[in-house]
Amino acid sequence: MVQFTLPRNSKVRNGKTWPKPEGARNIRTFRIYRWNPDEDRNPRVDAYYVDMDSCGPMVLDALIKIKSETDPTLTFRRSCREGICGSCAMNIDGINTLACIHGINDISGTVRIYPLPHMHVVKDLVPDLNHFYAQHASVMPWLETTTNEPGKEWRQSIEDRKKLDGLYECVMCASCSTSCPSYWWNGDRYLGPAALLHAYRWIIDSRDEATGERLDDLEDPFRLYRCHTIMNCAKTCPKGLNPAKAISHLKKMLLERRV
Amino acid sequence: MRYLTDRKRAIGKGASGTGTEHHWRMTVSAAGLAILAPAYVFIFGHALGSGYERAHSIFSHPLAAIITAVTLLVGLDHFRRGAQMAIEDYLDGPRRKIAIIAVIALSWFLMACGLFALARIAL
Repeated sequence: MVQFTLPRNSKVRNGKTWPKPEGARNIRTFRIYRWNPDEDRNPRVDAYYVDMDSCGPMVLDALIKIKSETDPTLTFRRSCREGICGSCAMNIDGINTLACIHGINDISGTVRIYPLPHMHVVKDLVPDLNHFYAQHASVMPWLETTTNEPGKEWRQSIEDRKKLDGLYECVMCASCSTSCPSYWWNGDRYLGPAALLHAYRWIIDSRDEATGERLDDLEDPFRLYRCHTIMNCAKTCPKGLNPAKAISHLKKMLLERRV
Repeated sequence: MRYLTDRKRAIGKGASGTGTEHHWRMTVSAAGLAILAPAYVFIFGHALGSGYERAHSIFSHPLAAIITAVTLLVGLDHFRRGAQMAIEDYLDGPRRKIAIIAVIALSWFLMACGLFALARIAL
């Protein structure tokens, strides 16, 4: 359900301002959301100063530099550093994106970094994605077949393979789902853009033989039809995908078998 | 609930098997209203400020009366379905159920009043 205000214990307060690096001339300010479950305090926003002459170009480079040189308690997920693993998704300058492929120079002024919105926070910039991953698992993100397994491989024409372009590239970073107001309001029952994109990816796969069952599982006012075509998902996707288009295809397929 | 797995929680109450009809009706009524609404505004605009007799004669015309009646029915049906979706987003628990019932009742009441008034004028 819609929540217009943060709960009292989630209201963000001003935090610590960390010292500027000595002798640095090219300094950028980073204001970063901090919350520690072990402390019985509200979240705060700490200010850090980073010497850009000795820092990489991406936001993740700055975060790693802060963690290495200024504040080792700063917590965030990261792994591949090249936009493939989806670990470092966070809200940077008001947009959900991957810190590893978002350039610091693309942001003017202070760099503001928050965890993905409307998710429970585990610590600092780490959101709890258990429910998100469970929703992904619920769409059965694997090939379902009933015919006998071929001796060599499940074959697919070039045309059928092309249908998966724009779908298989999703790295499950959760940027889209956590930018969707419908997911904020009904995330317990609405599957969200990421899970629905993956659902469509397997439905449209010519090798899959459970299309009907998959569509049956999606036909629900909340699971699928909570998408109001707000399009935040397509706007924010750091991989340039369009989950809203996949959802519209799902609605069309459901209509075609009903009408 | 504490012993539910994440997967079980995500699957939740299961797919209801409905939703497509609601979506289809919203789509069809929206397409219908794209034609009906301008036609009704045109008729209403003619009647507006034209005096009682003239307005009465405009809405007594079969075509104007039919367009008005269909716009009323389709428009309120569209409103009812759209309002239900908005209520489902903004309210939960018993308040959600009460609000949805109230919107359905209001829509049917307005349909009945509108058709009754139109029948009084046109027939």
